Amino acid sequence: MRELSLHILDIIENSRRAEADLIKIKIEEKIETNLLKIVIKDNGNGISQKKLNEITDPFITSRTTREVGLGLSLFKAAAESCGGRFEIDSQIDKGTRVTAEFEYDHIDRAPLGDMTTTLSNFIAANGDQVDIIYQHQYQENSFKFDSREIKAELEDLSIQSRQIISWIREYIGENLAEIRGGEAF
Amino acid sequence: MKSLAELKELRNKVQKEMKKRDQGTKAEIIVGMGTCGIAAGARDILKAVLAEIEKRDLDVRVTQTGCIGMCEKEPLIDVKLPGKKRITYGNLSEADVQKIITEHVVNGNIVTDLVIARHN
Repeated sequence: MRELSLHILDIIENSRRAEADLIKIKIEEKIETNLLKIVIKDNGNGISQKKLNEITDPFITSRTTREVGLGLSLFKAAAESCGGRFEIDSQIDKGTRVTAEFEYDHIDRAPLGDMTTTLSNFIAANGDQVDIIYQHQYQENSFKFDSREIKAELEDLSIQSRQIISWIREYIGENLAEIRGGEAF
Repeated sequence: MKSLAELKELRNKVQKEMKKRDQGTKAEIIVGMGTCGIAAGARDILKAVLAEIEKRDLDVRVTQTGCIGMCEKEPLIDVKLPGKKRITYGNLSEADVQKIITEHVVNGNIVTDLVIARHN
């Protein structure tokens, strides 16, 4: 994947398929400590301990087991090739948490990329069923987005309405640009 | 900067617009968003779908699906018009998306050279 935001899109697609209705994404960009940390937590079906042990091995997971695949192994490899670490923990019926850390300035680290599109696309296709809480910290600045707060303002209008999606897209883009000092990515 | 306070106003505006529309069954576009799809550019395909719908002011339901086993033909989308067969298009570029929406979703003509499967 060319961008970490594409890995994130891939992981939250797993959450959607695991019937999560709430996904929390947390990104920390801490340049002084040379850390980029991504945590994705969902309340989906979870993964059994047995499966968890083999889930990041692309040769053990088979194409017929739908909730596992190449995605997690790629994300793990991306973190570990950048002096970082990767961790996944999960409980059946409680949910799954994926944590990936990267050395911020590692030469092989893919750019974070277009989180605005990752988030607004996901909401455009799944927003009625799945809520997203997104927290992004860049140095001292932070931005929080909670789709449930948007829904509270919309009453019975769908969050997937195209006018609302284009508003959300601009809203997230503006705020990410603000906290990251000018550009959203 | 946008603020959440604007949303109420936007909501009222959208609700008024929706009342004027015919609330029939919607066309549906489904974008493949498995690992294979994402690696092949599905996120930008979905973005292009949304942009085209916005530009043409269309009432279309957009959803996503996981890997359907045609990884080598990603990125792919399905178009399902009310009462018509579901059509799968593959190996798509963003320009193809414009073409599919103009020809198929708006005018009802299947873009045969991009079709990879037809379903009943």
